[in-house]
Formats: sequence, structure tokens, C-alpha cells
Amino acid sequence: MPNTNTYRISFTILIGILLVCFFVNISLGSVPIPLKDILNSLIGSTTEHDTWQHIIQNYRLPKALTAIIVGSGLGISGLLMQTLFRNPLAGPFVLGISSGASLGVALVILGSGIFSGVLASLFISKWGVVVAASLGSFFVLLAVLAVSLKVRDTMAILIIGLMFASITAAIVSVLSYFGSAEQLQQYIFWGFGSLGNLNWKDLTILLIIYLVGILLATCSIKSLNTLLLGENYAKSLGLNIKKSRFVIIIATSLLAGAITAFTGPIAFIGLAIPHITRQVFNTSNHKVLLPAVFLFGAIVMLICDSISQLPNSDYTLPINAITSLVGAPVVIWLLVRKRKMVF
Amino acid sequence: MTEDKKHIILKTENLSIGYNSKTEKTLVASNINIELNKGKLIGLIGANGIGKSTLLRTLTKVQNPLKGEIFINDTALKKYSALDLAKVMSLVLTEPITSKNLSVFELVALGRQPYTNWIGNLSKEDIEITNRAISQVNINHLKDKKCFELSDGQLQNVMIARALAQDTDLIILDEPTTHLDMYHKAYILKLLQKLVKETNKTILFSSHEINLAIQLCDNLIVMTDTDVVSDAPCNLITKGTFENLFPKDLIAFDEQTGSFRVKK
Repeated sequence: MPNTNTYRISFTILIGILLVCFFVNISLGSVPIPLKDILNSLIGSTTEHDTWQHIIQNYRLPKALTAIIVGSGLGISGLLMQTLFRNPLAGPFVLGISSGASLGVALVILGSGIFSGVLASLFISKWGVVVAASLGSFFVLLAVLAVSLKVRDTMAILIIGLMFASITAAIVSVLSYFGSAEQLQQYIFWGFGSLGNLNWKDLTILLIIYLVGILLATCSIKSLNTLLLGENYAKSLGLNIKKSRFVIIIATSLLAGAITAFTGPIAFIGLAIPHITRQVFNTSNHKVLLPAVFLFGAIVMLICDSISQLPNSDYTLPINAITSLVGAPVVIWLLVRKRKMVF
Repeated sequence: MTEDKKHIILKTENLSIGYNSKTEKTLVASNINIELNKGKLIGLIGANGIGKSTLLRTLTKVQNPLKGEIFINDTALKKYSALDLAKVMSLVLTEPITSKNLSVFELVALGRQPYTNWIGNLSKEDIEITNRAISQVNINHLKDKKCFELSDGQLQNVMIARALAQDTDLIILDEPTTHLDMYHKAYILKLLQKLVKETNKTILFSSHEINLAIQLCDNLIVMTDTDVVSDAPCNLITKGTFENLFPKDLIAFDEQTGSFRVKK
């Protein structure tokens, strides 16, 4: 393979940037903490104030790790979808994963009026939302998978995913029409997305699902590269299309489904990160793209999260808005500068 | 050597091809008995819509035969797994590849996929075979170019190199000369002839370039409304097979020159 050395240099630089972003992300927040104490609390030694250590270890560190998981996970699932569907517009949410999650959450939050008293408060607890989102995306995905076993054409599956999204969006609208203002607000807040809601226990669960997804994605590298030739060529090269497609879709749904369940829908990352990576690395080889998307996704997400905290203020902006505000201009700039899309 | 020449790569027995849906059965052609021998260049010709593509799709296991059997190296085609088939038969299709952002080397190296490990790493041998395939079709100068930088003719060469890198006994090409100018049509078919001689592989291609095919092929499979004939080009000319190839109102076959002429 050509220029392995330049890849090595690029990757070293990216890992450096990732580490810098990680520390910057941790050092920013509503409470200013000196750099020395941040380093101290990260390596476990004592800091000047106990609260500082508490803030870093229980809030900022899990949030920064969540940002890395979310950015890289959504980026990689976007990459998988774009190659599988041979469509640069595909993202992790085209299969209806996000709309399924929204539906689940909407049913729990907006539909809780149906259940009375104790039962309702149980449903609206954080775990209620996570479980509802997971179940919602899981069922929509099952439907899409069932269809994908019957329909051979990947384009048709893409459209069917979009149709499922429309149906769920419609149900959510109906539910919101009948919901109270309070419930609506709660639902909308979930839709803003948030990286800061995870404690260590949540993070462990998310990390396990994430690692399984990444493992499956890594095992798909060869079939993804073969699929670059189109399905008929891939088949003539001995690829079991149905099986590879199944593994790729499962990997995507584990990554995007789990992330959406814990952090709410986060726009843009899944669609744009693979494009940014392809433009920068100018290759379609997934052996390079997969780790590169991992790094780019994590970096962009850390930067977006740092911005959304509005350093030195008490406000936190919705992360879902920031990812688009920061990311979309980058993609436009890249496309305009290079004048063509690499796919 | 004579024994080697007799070696049959692909054979069909009473093959019927067509489409089988729940409601109806569409028969495209029946009673096809052909043999492809090792180290031969074989052309598949016939009018539009006669079933050339259906035959190729059936031979390459894209669709199932309605009746009859296909044998590759004496083993029934239906017994081949996708991976085993990929090691004896490679394809050059008419459809464009999805990603043109691959470099020529990367694209040709994808032909090694059936032999590489789970993540697709190229061994020293894989790289060697890839490079050999690239030089066999004379595209060394294109090696580091991206596919979107190539002309149609160059890209066709690259796709042939990819099939060569797959290192199969049989290469099947579906209309490899469409979209090409007269020179490049001749160039591609001449290249196929050269590859057959150099590598002793069997190459089967469908084409509308009957004049070129008659001059270059060892054998021709001619599909007409009534039957499917397979023989050496000169035998087919003496038998008068070509006269029945097309409706007779516009063009006629001239036995002297071995080509079709427009009727005055």
C-alpha cells in the first residue's frame, strides 16, 4: 500500500490533538480549576479542594469519555452506513434508529399521562428513558432487518428506513399534540442531547455495548472494502453479502442505538465525520478510514462539548445544536475548497 | 500438451435458462450444451435480447438454471460456495464500480480478497500477483492513479487486471467493449487473446463486435432464436450460422470477408 509513512504521521498528529482536546475539555467548566490540580486528580493524588477532585472525577472525566465514545461511535456507524448503502447521504439514523428511540422516549414521557401516579414517575426516571429509547430503536431496527432479509436492493432498504422515520415522527407529533406543556418540555430537552447525564455505572454499560459494536465494525473492514466495488463484484469475490450486511447493520445499531439511548439524538456527527475524514485522508480504504474516523469523531465531539459548556459561565448550550453549528461549515468549506466530493 | 488442451473448464448439460417467478416461467433459451476448454478465448454473440446476459448470469450463479446442469472443473456449479467459486471464476461486469476513489493498485489488489486473511492484509505473494496482473495488461504507468482520473478504456484494462489478480481458471467478461472506440475495442479483445496465450486461462466474453470476434476467438458461442451453437469461427462460417443471427432485411453476412454488410 502506498505512503504508509504519511498515514503514520497523520495518525500520530491526530492522537496528539485528541489528547490535547481531552485535557482542554476537562479543564473547562463552570468552576475554574488550576491545571496542576486537574492533573493531580486525574492521576489520583490529592488536590487543594476535595470538591475539585469530586467535580473532575465524577463529572468532567465521565463526560469527556462519553464525548469520545459518542463522537467515534456515531462517526463509525455513519461510515458503515455510507459504504453499505453506497450513498454519501446515509448516516447512522437513516435506518430509523434515532426515530425509533424518539418514539420510545415520546411514548414514555408524553404518554405517561395514561399511567397514573407512582408508575408514571418510575417510567420517567432516567433509566425509564434509556430503556424506552433502546427498545424503540431496537424494534424499529428489527423491522428494518426483517425487511432487509426480504428485499435485495439496499436502496430500497434505505427508503424503507426513511419511511419508518416518517411514521414514528408522525406518531410523536400526535403524542405531543395531546401532551402537557411540562411533558413537552421534558421531551424537547431529551431531544437537545446531553453528554453530562452519565455516571460511571451508565458509562460502563455504554462502553461495553460500544466495544462490541467497534469489534463488529473492525471485523467488517474486509467486506466493506469489497463492497466498494458494488454488490455484484463483491459477490463474485466470494463475499457472503447477506451475512456481511447483517453484521454491518448490527454494528451500526449497537453503536448508534446505545449512544442515542444514553445521550439523546446527536445530529450531524454520523453524517459528516466520514466525509471530513475522506476529504482529509483522500482514501476509501477502510483499514485507514475506520481508525481515522474514530479519531476525528472523538476530536470533533470533544471540541463541540467544550464550546457548549460556554467556558467560565453557568450556561450549557444544547450539544445537538453545537455539533451542527460547528460541523456543517467545516464540511461546506471542505467541499468548496476541494470542489468535489470524494467517495 | 494435447491432453492439457482437452481439459474442460466449464460444461453445460441440457441447460435451460430463463426467469422463474411465482406466477410464470419465462424460458429464454433451452437445450444449451457447451464446453469451454482450458486456454481458449471464447466469444458469446447474439442479437440484443436473445439471452446473452441471462446465460452469463446463469453461468456465474447470479441466477439459477431452469433445467440442466453446469459443471466447473467437473464439479456441479450449485455445489460451489461463493468463496470456492471466487477462486475458479472471476468477472468483469458492465456495471460501474461504486467507489472511484480507489487507486488502481488498490482496485487490482481487491482481486486478492478470496485469499487474504480476515482483515484483508496483502501478503508478499498477493502484492507480487497484483503487480504481475498490472504489468500483464500494460498499465504500470497508471498504478498510483485514482480510478476517477482514468478514461473508460483505461478503466476497462484495470478491471481486467483485477480479474487476473483473482487468479482463476476462468474469466468471464460481460460486453467488455461497450462504450469504447474502434481502436480500444480491438485493443481490449487483442489483449484478451494475448492473456489467454500467456496465462493458459480460459476467457469467455459476450460482445456485439462480431467482426473482431471472428478474427480473434478460438471458439464462438452463437445464440439465435432457434438454438445455441458453439464451434470454431471458420466452421461456423461454412455452416452458415451467421446468416441466421439477425433478421435478414437490413444486413447480410459476407462469407468472403467474414463480416456483415449493409444491404444496398
